[in-house]
Amino acid sequence: MSESLLLEVNHLSVGLHTEAGYKKAIKDISFRINSGETLVLLGESGSGKTMTALAINQLLPAVAGYSSQSQVNFKHEDLLSLSEVQMRKYRGNKIGMIFQEPMSSLNPVFTIGQQIGESYKKHTQLTSKAIKAKVLSLLDAVGIPAAKKRMNDYPHQLSGGMKQRVMIAMALAQDPQLLIADEATTALDVTTQYQVLQLLKTLQKNSNMSMLFITHDLGVAAEIAHRVAVMYNGHIIENSNKENFFNKPLHPYSQRLFDVLPDIDKRDRLLKAIPGTVPPITDTLVGCPFANRCDQAWEICHKIFPKLTKVNEHKVACHLYTTDHVPTSIQHDKQTVLKKNKSSGTILSIENVKIFYPIRSGILQRKVGEVKAVDDVSFILKKSQTLALVGESGCGKSTLGKSLLQLVDSTAGCVNYQGRNILQGKNSIQLRRDIQMIFQDPYASLDPKKTIFQSISEGMKIHGLSNKQTLLSEVDRLLDSVGILKDYKYRYPHEFSGGQRQRICIARALAVKPKIIICDEPTSGLDVSIQAQILNLLKNLQSTYELSFLFITHDISVVSYLADEVAVMYLGKIVEQGSVYQLLEDPKHPYTKILLSAVLRAKKEQKTPAKLTGEQPSPIEPPTGCYFHPRCPKAMAQCKKEYPKKAQFGENHWAACHLY
Amino acid sequence: MLGYILRRLLYAMPVLIGVNLITFLLFFSVNTPDDMARSQLGAKYVTQNAIEHWKQQHGYDKPLFFNQESVGTGKITETLFYTKSVSMFAFHFGRSDGGRNIGHDIVQRMWPSLALAAPVLLLGLLTNIILAIVIVFFRGSYLETGGLILCIILMSISSLFYIIFGQYFIGRVMQLTPISGFSGGWHGIKFLILPVVIGVIGGIGTGIRWYRTLFLEEINKDYVRTARAKGLSQMRVLFVHVLKNAMIPILTGVVVIIPSLFLGSLIMESFFGIPGLGSYTIDAIRTQDFAIVRSMVFLGAVLYIAGLILTDISYTFVDPRVRLK
Ligand code: SF4
Ligand code: SF4
Repeated sequence: MSESLLLEVNHLSVGLHTEAGYKKAIKDISFRINSGETLVLLGESGSGKTMTALAINQLLPAVAGYSSQSQVNFKHEDLLSLSEVQMRKYRGNKIGMIFQEPMSSLNPVFTIGQQIGESYKKHTQLTSKAIKAKVLSLLDAVGIPAAKKRMNDYPHQLSGGMKQRVMIAMALAQDPQLLIADEATTALDVTTQYQVLQLLKTLQKNSNMSMLFITHDLGVAAEIAHRVAVMYNGHIIENSNKENFFNKPLHPYSQRLFDVLPDIDKRDRLLKAIPGTVPPITDTLVGCPFANRCDQAWEICHKIFPKLTKVNEHKVACHLYTTDHVPTSIQHDKQTVLKKNKSSGTILSIENVKIFYPIRSGILQRKVGEVKAVDDVSFILKKSQTLALVGESGCGKSTLGKSLLQLVDSTAGCVNYQGRNILQGKNSIQLRRDIQMIFQDPYASLDPKKTIFQSISEGMKIHGLSNKQTLLSEVDRLLDSVGILKDYKYRYPHEFSGGQRQRICIARALAVKPKIIICDEPTSGLDVSIQAQILNLLKNLQSTYELSFLFITHDISVVSYLADEVAVMYLGKIVEQGSVYQLLEDPKHPYTKILLSAVLRAKKEQKTPAKLTGEQPSPIEPPTGCYFHPRCPKAMAQCKKEYPKKAQFGENHWAACHLY
Repeated sequence: MLGYILRRLLYAMPVLIGVNLITFLLFFSVNTPDDMARSQLGAKYVTQNAIEHWKQQHGYDKPLFFNQESVGTGKITETLFYTKSVSMFAFHFGRSDGGRNIGHDIVQRMWPSLALAAPVLLLGLLTNIILAIVIVFFRGSYLETGGLILCIILMSISSLFYIIFGQYFIGRVMQLTPISGFSGGWHGIKFLILPVVIGVIGGIGTGIRWYRTLFLEEINKDYVRTARAKGLSQMRVLFVHVLKNAMIPILTGVVVIIPSLFLGSLIMESFFGIPGLGSYTIDAIRTQDFAIVRSMVFLGAVLYIAGLILTDISYTFVDPRVRLK
């Protein structure tokens, strides 16, 4: 690997023309990338990562402008001094780019072959036949099976992972020296994410390409980085090589990013959450941008901006490392140890639930097939415990959750709650009170035209839980318990941040004193620091109110922190179930094993996962026998023939696999 | 696909029956056969005898829905509703109250209508799309602001003004084209130039503004950023990537009105003396010839439904994501 400098960003500042005038967003950042090296730009949303990436390529929207000192030197040529026409010779040629959303980043009306070929048409003189051959070998290289056929597919015919591979192929078409990947794996399932990261690493090794990899995910960073730069409020606040950063992060914000990660070791206490939210990028704060959230801040932090300075091998922007004065009164968070509720029996029992959607065709719309979204699922939710339903997108976990509130119709089976089947018939008011749901998108589930007071008190009125006098104080109490100032109760949803809205949704659910809350990916749209706040809140509420949670998620680290029991779903069926310790520490089903090993950990040694090949099949025609056999590394002849029976390991742990 | 079309045709039947029934009820509840006869015959000859005679001649001497005196199916078929309304489903429009064969007239007159409406549509589409893209290309500049102001001015002026001004200035003062008239064959083109130009100009303001919003919506999508990151020029991004996507709503918006082009334009045709179906309808309204008006309402409904079905089909050609089942 040659260690020559490829990209040097010097004093880059970008401002935005907003309604309130010109605001500085990216504030004087500098970094360098050597060839063959990957720099991870780490930060939460609104920290300026994407804007930095677009600034390098001069793809910023028209409202943005550079400061005059800004320099982006690519092999000693200042890109910012180039004209738009000259810049086009770099874009897609020497600098490739991948974006976050593979679904919308491809043009829906051109075939993928056309879209990749376009790059060759622009940057080379190749004949269309030669281009076709190039595209074909490129699709092969990024691991798209049956590339010849796939070339003529339109984007919507490919899965998310395949689309991201196409994006990679497109970005790599001209063998760029620099690849900018903006949250390139964030929208993908863990197993696909792992595959894509491995692919990028291999491609990098073969061509000595440099990468600027933007992510918010410490696990991803640990997997792919050579160096890490942390961004906050448009500043780079720490810059270091990977080993130093992961062994001993210096900046208090970086340290907190590790603390907020949910993990199995932290189960018995609350996460050390960072209070407050990330300030808007257009705010320029006096002093340290992190000062109002930092538990080690002292006077100087609020007055003087800490410059990025070298501390050993690190670069960090924090007064702790540059001043002799060490603040005396650092208040370390008390580590609240949570009391664990003893579970007392079943609250909800789900028995053989099936949810099939008919597929209709022909003039008379006769039923020709079925999508088996949920296929014969049974489990028991215990009182004041959390059961996590885990699986990748499309496995049916959300559908099952919704069916419990009759938001989708079930085809067969029953769900017993207090001796009644709640899937059928009109549910009593009492029942609708007892089971509440929180969704992934808190904005969509709050009525934008109602104040949060109205939204929260609505249910209480319907269920006659409060009279006029107590209503106000009751709402105040609820807001207080979810950490929202009660003075805010007459505000509208759009005035709150994403994390605050999720708190409001939780308050609304709590308002009717439920027994069970179904949580459908409630933290997956939130930044990690906010996710920790919400997880803490849920954990606290559970021990206070003895709530039972059915927690639907794809995020194993959340599961490990929150769940008592785990059920893993694949193609509409539960393939393994057990207590969180049994399942995470001794998984039995090959799918669970692969799923767990694909989870990227920030701190722990990464195990090399067994390779998961292929795509999740369609639930319309699930494979014969064990649904997992086409992708299973352990598949045997028997697996193709019959669906495996449950194999029991200990009292509550079972897996459906022929191996046992 | 075929199954889909058949099903859509099947669904269209109740709609058409409804349209048919409602127009029939409307016409015959405000206007009994006696009234019709009176207005057709004129004030002079109105005797009860003459009325009965007229009604007999024009087939209005039957009851509305149910014929007590008839036998068998005749109870249903020998009624006004059956002979005057249901028969339209077989495109038997019968005779007008003035005695003309409506079906024959329609076939005769739809071609002049088309000769005017088709070029207006095509040329209008072309100019509007090109001008809209040019405005989008120069977004953020004075050209955009100026263009948009001009659009609003053009939109605010009544189409009657364009017609009268055009006829006076281009036809009368400059004598570049005939003021009005029509003739078949190639030498008829000279009559069409003025109305086509006016038709196109009349639609420019609204057209450009609508297409501009479509383009702007597309231009902010992620795939545009991808295309630019590939190093493509603004031109190629706009004319290849954005245009092809924006063509989906544009084309389908156009396809729906294509069948209705046969019906022509009421105002343009009567001002320019073009013997199409538009002026035919206007004349019928003026002479209170309700048989013609009813036929045209029915025909309009049929063509509109045809347009909707064609729209769905055209989606499958321009949008690879749509498959009809
Ligand atoms: S400078 Fe002060 S406020 Fe900022 S991170 Fe360091 S200690 Fe905290
Ligand atoms: S049953 Fe066979 S195919 Fe299925 S998971 Fe077990 S070993 Fe793999």
